[in-house]
Amino acid sequence: MEAFPCPARVRPARSHLARASGVLGILCGAWLAAAPAHAFCGFYVGKADASLFNSASQVIIARDGPRTVISMLNDYQGEPREFALVVPVPQVLQRGQVNVGDRRIFERIDAYSSPRLAEYRDDNPCEPRIALQRALPAAAAGRATTAETDTRARATGVTVEARYTVGEYDIAILSARESDGLEVWLRDNGYRLPAGASAALAPYLKLGMKFFVARVNLAEHARSGSALLRPLQFAFESEKHMLPLRLGMLNANGPQDLIVYALGRQGRVEATNYRTVRLPANVELPGFVKQDFASFYRAMFDRQAQREGLRAVFTEYVWDTGWCDPCAADPLTPAELRQAGVFWSDTQRTVLTRLHVRYTPQTFPEDLMLQETRDRANFQTRYVLRQPWTGPAECDAAAAYLDQVRQRHDRQARTLSDLTGWELARVLDRMELKPPFAPQPDSAPWWRSLWQQSWSTR
Amino acid sequence: MVAQPVAAVLVDAMNAAAAVGAVRAMKAPDARVLQIAFLGTFLLIGVLARDFTVAPLQVAATFAAALATQVLWLRALSLRQAGVLSAIVTSFGLSLLVRADSWWVHPLLASIAISSKFVLTRADGPGRRRHVFNPANLGAVLAAFVVPGAWVSPGQWGQHVLVAAWIVALGSVVCRRAARLDIGLVFLAWYLGLLGARALALGQPAAVFAHQVNNGALLLFAFFMISDPMTTPRAPLARVLYAGVVALAAVLWQFTAYRPHGLLVALFALSPLVALLDRAFPGPAFAWHPGELGRMPAR
Repeated sequence: MEAFPCPARVRPARSHLARASGVLGILCGAWLAAAPAHAFCGFYVGKADASLFNSASQVIIARDGPRTVISMLNDYQGEPREFALVVPVPQVLQRGQVNVGDRRIFERIDAYSSPRLAEYRDDNPCEPRIALQRALPAAAAGRATTAETDTRARATGVTVEARYTVGEYDIAILSARESDGLEVWLRDNGYRLPAGASAALAPYLKLGMKFFVARVNLAEHARSGSALLRPLQFAFESEKHMLPLRLGMLNANGPQDLIVYALGRQGRVEATNYRTVRLPANVELPGFVKQDFASFYRAMFDRQAQREGLRAVFTEYVWDTGWCDPCAADPLTPAELRQAGVFWSDTQRTVLTRLHVRYTPQTFPEDLMLQETRDRANFQTRYVLRQPWTGPAECDAAAAYLDQVRQRHDRQARTLSDLTGWELARVLDRMELKPPFAPQPDSAPWWRSLWQQSWSTR
Repeated sequence: MVAQPVAAVLVDAMNAAAAVGAVRAMKAPDARVLQIAFLGTFLLIGVLARDFTVAPLQVAATFAAALATQVLWLRALSLRQAGVLSAIVTSFGLSLLVRADSWWVHPLLASIAISSKFVLTRADGPGRRRHVFNPANLGAVLAAFVVPGAWVSPGQWGQHVLVAAWIVALGSVVCRRAARLDIGLVFLAWYLGLLGARALALGQPAAVFAHQVNNGALLLFAFFMISDPMTTPRAPLARVLYAGVVALAAVLWQFTAYRPHGLLVALFALSPLVALLDRAFPGPAFAWHPGELGRMPAR
């Protein structure tokens, strides 16, 4: 692998979450603790008869020791009054422990940690190199959340432990003796539960957890002036570093994507009960990828996830939040980190890990357990374009250089084909290689001339 | 140094025994030779197929440090016959378990782990001493909780039936060779029983249990760590009890206290219990070769 000392242009992948065509997303963050044990996780349940299924979610977890702040953003796009969220929580959360955050922080953190495309230009092979650096800003996406509440408890064994309104959400914290009772309560109160909800709720109840139930308060929502629901944030203490995915799978319709942004002081965060795999990165790709980096990234992620049988957690980014190189977006400011839930003061030591999970009920039967390692090595899903020198070059080195470039093109095509599963011939076609970078007649395979095919033009 | 005065006594006892042991060793290969072959295979599979993030330099440094430390201690205590097989086993164990973002962590842990066999020892009958901790276990616990820039990745194996089957099969062979098949299997029985009971009590689907069990790290632990005959009780009944206590502690640590590395922590914390169990349940001492009895164990 050659060195790339002079990044000339950087382009972040627009979050592929944006494409999520689905409506009801699911989102979970979770924590079971030793003493006041337990978890956050939820499934979205529509009131009335809206169709239910999940697509993609984003979670920010800021954690230091047992202290944890979770922010959850969903891409719910339906009617606000149809929206409801049920999340198991470790303890009765007081009003002050719940906050309605700003969607923009998700956009910022997504942009900052996005997979990126870096472009480098070859120097004149007949002259020494000169470095040049520039970075482009990023784009991102996401969507929202909401709530509602109600009474009639005792008969179903459900106790409403607390009730309050935060932002556009009406929130109730429930405890229950039995999951059947909880299910009855939720149905009585107009929540439409997916099949199997009771069985999925039961283990959390037996672990002594409470349930956080939220709906949109339409009056407050109208007053907020925002069309999209804002992220919910929770602050609590728990030993358990985990994301329960199980509840969320109830209204799943095919594989779901979850992006976890883990903020910590020690180092990289990884799964302890699933493999954590780095996505292939820092490879050279053909120049045309620049026009459609998002398609490339999507195809690449699809293929890698399939290769792992949807049983792995992928690392997309690990970096000290103080800087980046090359930057897909400016580093997060201390104020932004605070918004994202960072509660410690020396924010400059914060490490951001971006994990991307694609899961199904079959491949992720157990909640996702996490651990913060002491690994502070940086990693990013960066892909590289190298533009050849096209100016005049008249020296002995030029011929060797051209030869190198041709070999490079071939390598880039094969890499792209391997990463995405795109057909090699199509990739080569799209590269539109022209002289002097097209393959020399004598370097072409012997069979090419057999049928007078050309591979350098469409 | 605790080991120093003991060494002199040991040397005398060794001289007679070592010759016999060496001859017998020719007939049946040392269980550690098989163990080395299997651990080496796992490391290779891990690096090639499971993208373990261990650098060749780290592996090389682990071996170099472990072997050097072993040789130095053997020289210092005049225990040359004890050999270096166990240091190789420990090196593989550390390479499989420990991850670090620098090159020095692995050799440091290897040196500490090997030295612990000569320093952290206990009396084991007249004129004999045994080490208290399985050296790879000690190294992994230090990596997981103490050493800066080091960590342990329990999820690195993933859940693959094929890998699991291989580890069970190969582990069984090694355990049988080491005459300690019982503890690995008994431990698994305890651990699976406890997890199964927990899953039933919580009403978790069977898939959760299957996922927790079908785990390369658990099987490696059962067949290559807790089964280390040098650091497990002698009497069969004591081994059954010990396996049960370790399994219970591991489950409590991991699934009730919600802390990571339950297996490693439980074995480490309960290793001192072996001395008590040996006192309560006397049994034949273990040696890698029959002729080694009376020699200071080198593992």
